Amino acid sequence: MLEIKDLHAGFDGNEIIKGISLSVKKGEIHAVMGPNGSGKSTMAKILSGHPAYEAMGGEILFNGENLLEMDAEQRSLAGIFMGFQYPVEVPGVNNAEFLRMAHNARRVKAGEEEMDPLDFDDLLSEKMNMLGMEKKYKERNLNDGFSGGEKKKNEILQMAILEPKLAILDETDSGLDIDALRVVSEGVNKLRNENNALILITHYQRLLDYIKPDFVHVLSKGKIVKSGGKGLALELESQGYDWVTTEN
Amino acid sequence: MADEQNSVSSILEDKTYKYGFTTNVESETFAKGLTEEVIRAISMKKNEPAFMLDFRLRAFEKWKTMKPPEWPNVHYPPIDFQNISYYSAPKQKKVLDSLDEVDPEVLRTFEKLGIPLDEQKKLANVAVDAVFDSVSVATTHKKKLMEVGIIFCSISEALQEYPELVEEYLGTVVPVGDNFYAALNSAVFTDGSFVYIPPDTISPMEISTYFRINTEETGQFERTLIICAENSYVSYLEGCTAPQFDTNQLHAAVVELVTLENAEIKYSTVQNWYAGDKETGKGGIYNFVTKRGKCQGNNSKISWTQVETGSAITWKYPSCLLLGDNTTGEFYSVALTNGHMQADTGTKMIHIGKNTRSSIISKGISADYSSNSYRGQVKVGKNATNARNYSQCDSLLVGDKCSAHTFPYIETANSSVQVEHEAATSKISEDQLFYFESRGISRENAIEAVISGFCKEVFKQLPMEFAVEAQKLLTLKLEDSVG
Repeated sequence: MLEIKDLHAGFDGNEIIKGISLSVKKGEIHAVMGPNGSGKSTMAKILSGHPAYEAMGGEILFNGENLLEMDAEQRSLAGIFMGFQYPVEVPGVNNAEFLRMAHNARRVKAGEEEMDPLDFDDLLSEKMNMLGMEKKYKERNLNDGFSGGEKKKNEILQMAILEPKLAILDETDSGLDIDALRVVSEGVNKLRNENNALILITHYQRLLDYIKPDFVHVLSKGKIVKSGGKGLALELESQGYDWVTTEN
Repeated sequence: MADEQNSVSSILEDKTYKYGFTTNVESETFAKGLTEEVIRAISMKKNEPAFMLDFRLRAFEKWKTMKPPEWPNVHYPPIDFQNISYYSAPKQKKVLDSLDEVDPEVLRTFEKLGIPLDEQKKLANVAVDAVFDSVSVATTHKKKLMEVGIIFCSISEALQEYPELVEEYLGTVVPVGDNFYAALNSAVFTDGSFVYIPPDTISPMEISTYFRINTEETGQFERTLIICAENSYVSYLEGCTAPQFDTNQLHAAVVELVTLENAEIKYSTVQNWYAGDKETGKGGIYNFVTKRGKCQGNNSKISWTQVETGSAITWKYPSCLLLGDNTTGEFYSVALTNGHMQADTGTKMIHIGKNTRSSIISKGISADYSSNSYRGQVKVGKNATNARNYSQCDSLLVGDKCSAHTFPYIETANSSVQVEHEAATSKISEDQLFYFESRGISRENAIEAVISGFCKEVFKQLPMEFAVEAQKLLTLKLEDSVG
């Protein structure tokens, strides 16, 4: 599904990612871990199509298409979802209406008719019930005045509506208390199936107690320095990042 | 008297004078400059009743003692008022054979606004099928209104046909010496609109200036007078979203509204005058307008809604005098500035009667290098027991070169009064737009969503089609400014 080949990337001419290769197949969960400054967030930004970040070498293919030539809108419509570390607040734009716009953009792309607010409300209610979310998420404005935990839950709600082929969750666990972490993780687990894939970008392994990865990759100084099964995350937890980052 | 006649005639260009006052020669324009003789000539040319000439001369006397206001937060080189010609016979707009002759930039805007082809032709004054001709539409409208006794005509026509109504109300809301530009307008205005709604009448349709001025160029000094008698209601629309150009840089209009007991006037404006060169700001319209409504009768209501998107400089404070008991004044405004535009706009709510209510919702959007100021005054007199005001002034900034300012003035002379003021400033950022895009929503739709969210409370006051067009217009104006 996703092929990253010898990717070099950064911003303002500074190379931060220095040759990463990663292959993600459908049904798989990959965790990308690493200490601060290892290039985790640059990797998230470059996958999301953030205009300030640029690829300086290598390629990324998504279902055979050149991802680096697509802008953020096209990537989303192609089936990639980015769960942001810091979702932006947009006062004045109703959350349900925003979700409907996003959902309809996909329908239009697929040549289907736009869904009217009433039908969409049914769909939204169904997803919110599944995720155990309160009604206030419909009524409030997009992330406006949301707590850190509420913002992350709202990201998962968006993921549920958009049903992406590949979801990338950037530091989704940061700033969450244990209850919110549980709600968010359970939501992500419910949205998983054998046809979609997930990349978790995280500093701490505690998220991986709730969402079990098939593969764990450790990032250091812009390179993947170690890959392994879920056991690797536990080793990192007990021994710290120094264990892998100083080995090289 | 003979001397006077001579000096008056010398003002009129020889050729036109020779053929009398009713000639329809296209280029019938007075020589530049403003003197008492010019004013007498205007009044004579329009064959006005004596009270009108007297009104003009009183205004002129006041004007001579006044100076252009310096308090607005706008900057422009001094205007040479003797270098303006104060009378021009209404010119027919040039009729084009097809849309191919229309400025492509204008067409692009029409398309973006989603204006239907027939409508586009009307706006650009392309000759159209007689059935769709705006003149015949206007006639039909007028007839329909006349059936219920509503008068809707040009103010010149009203001075001929209904002079007693004009005399009774003209200048009662905006006195001749109210301010520099209002005094100038009172001295020299040549046309505008007149509406009279008789008692116990709900206007069967929205009245729109669009049906009156379409075949003529808008005057530089427009004068509007709307009177809504007891138990009546009218919704009046001014302007349109289509871009408007004019060879006259200075526009100083005056609008007066009067409501008698239990009457209501809803006045909506969408303004999209040429704002000048986007890079230098040169050549744009100066829009210095005095708009005021007087709630004269008890339980009456005046509501102003404006969407200001054009002009190089806007100086405009649609206001309400809440004279009667239990009267209500409302002001809903969206003012967008981009390029090098400067806007100083807001409202005045003067509470005089008991239990008077006013609300002010102002939304300023500034982009590029523009400056956008809200200036609002809430004044409560000593007899205005239980008066209430609520004001909300929000600013939205696009980019970091623009500015937004808020100048609220509150004065109360009565202790039973409740006045609330809220203000907020937010930004439309690249990060917000990126967030939308990363959910598959186009940039254009993202801007539209943020803007319409910001302006929601104002847009819902506008008639439906107007609201949709206004929203598209704002999006269009901001597309180049974000990012």
